[in-house]
Amino acid sequence: MKTLLIGEYREGKLLDSTYELFGFAAQLGADTAMLLVGSDAQLPAYGGTLYLADASVCGEYSPDLHKQLILEAVQKENPDYIVFVHSSYGWDLAPRVAASLKVAQVSEIVGLVDGGFEVGCCNAKMRRTVKPASGRGVLTIQAGAYPVLQPGGSPAVQKITAAGGGSLEFVGYEAAEKKDVDLGKAEIIVSAGRGIGKKDNVPVILALAKALGGELGASRPVVDAGWVEHSHQVGTTGQTVSPKLYVACGISGAIQHLAGMKKSDFIIAINKDKDAPIGEIADVLVVADVMQFVPALTAKVAR
Amino acid sequence: MKLLVCIKQVPDLESRFKPDAAGVWYNETDLAFRMNEYDEYAVEQAVQLREKLGEGTELTVLSIGPDRVVEAIKKALAMGCDNAVHIQDTAVSAKDPWQISSIISTYVQGKGFDLIFTGMQSQDRGSAQVGVTVAEQLGFACTTTIVGFDYADGTVTAKRELEGGIKGVVKLKTPALVTCQLGLNVPRYPTLPNIMKAKRKEITVIPVADLLTADLLATTTSFHPPAKKGGGIVLEGDVGELVDKVIAILKDKTAVLR
Repeated sequence: MKTLLIGEYREGKLLDSTYELFGFAAQLGADTAMLLVGSDAQLPAYGGTLYLADASVCGEYSPDLHKQLILEAVQKENPDYIVFVHSSYGWDLAPRVAASLKVAQVSEIVGLVDGGFEVGCCNAKMRRTVKPASGRGVLTIQAGAYPVLQPGGSPAVQKITAAGGGSLEFVGYEAAEKKDVDLGKAEIIVSAGRGIGKKDNVPVILALAKALGGELGASRPVVDAGWVEHSHQVGTTGQTVSPKLYVACGISGAIQHLAGMKKSDFIIAINKDKDAPIGEIADVLVVADVMQFVPALTAKVAR
Repeated sequence: MKLLVCIKQVPDLESRFKPDAAGVWYNETDLAFRMNEYDEYAVEQAVQLREKLGEGTELTVLSIGPDRVVEAIKKALAMGCDNAVHIQDTAVSAKDPWQISSIISTYVQGKGFDLIFTGMQSQDRGSAQVGVTVAEQLGFACTTTIVGFDYADGTVTAKRELEGGIKGVVKLKTPALVTCQLGLNVPRYPTLPNIMKAKRKEITVIPVADLLTADLLATTTSFHPPAKKGGGIVLEGDVGELVDKVIAILKDKTAVLR
């Protein structure tokens, strides 16, 4: 079996997530070739064939050109699977490649089973097994689901390039909002999720954070709703944290949130839904109403 | 200008899911359905553009599924869409993203739509494929995961959400398709007068067989809960007792309390 792995490069740097692709290919037991729109100053530690296009010519986000480059490499390699990380780069580009080749795409793979792929569904509460009808396809793997694997060596570089305007113009990057709280250094984080019900309840969660001597964190919906500032957001698009204690209050556990906090030493989750995916990684799941349990806990802790 | 927003109806994700008889998707009994959350942002953005452009602009909402999806269509109409297309399909869950995309593309083909809005993914299937695939099938410019949107003179300026809070700014010429991320705007609640007004708006019903020509590219062979990893303790019961247990655990397992 052969895979064409699509590496990722942003703001002049090879992204570490690229190595998760090798971790996946190893579990699949597949041969590899890689394609990267990047720079020869940032080559992956990999001894195989690398189709390398110059990002300063082909752009970092230029889906039409990148698709063209991938299709060219597919012609040469004839892979069974073309593999992306399920990231803002991967989920944007993968369907374009799959549509051009008229092959199945399987999104956000977390496991391999019996000739098929295991993917999450229903907000990560359930799993599906999916099989591409032709045995060939485009795959995206869940970020963080596979181990980082650095094969080592220097790649046999085959330079490729693409030209043309493309259907969109990339204007540039906008830096992340300045963080007034560095949650990355916090030893204790108490986070609020949608389960707290309303903005007025945020102080209740903040009170527990204070009583424990920690910082306030938040899940995405709470930030989107304007209940808590973005600088407190934990997850893929917020901060990645690894405190000694993480208390998740009314957080169901969307993948994007879990990716940002699963390395915490000890996780306590409070949720009224016993099946919430946060339970999969929590050391302790307290099945209770957050607004009843948290004030009671704060009172005991503060004493 | 002609605008289209594609929406899906999904179950309340707080529900407990049980496999259906074939064991390949959820059993719909006892599930409450609502508009896919990502699609609410897509509808809101489309309605805001419709309001900005005013007369001469038409906004259509489209949904594929059994008759229950009319409820989500009516919500979109009450939010401000002008008219609707219900592609009637009682076997929608058996279709893969390629077929769903093809159904939409076949409908759109030749109707002169300038701009299409979709959610970036559904909350139940979560493949994040349909929007982009529709754009590819139609040859529309496309960008995904937008958290900022502006339109002027045939050009969309969108902000894409990237990892770590960085954003990418992109310009696209119409015809174009954008997939919408949570937080793009604040989806409105339909007002009572608008709910009443929506009852008079036209919903065109098309049987899916009229639009389906594509073959299935992927099949789902199983739907099941994730394997329990174990290790975690589940505590249930009286709040007072739960607090005592958690305090004991904090003292025992962490250095947080002494």
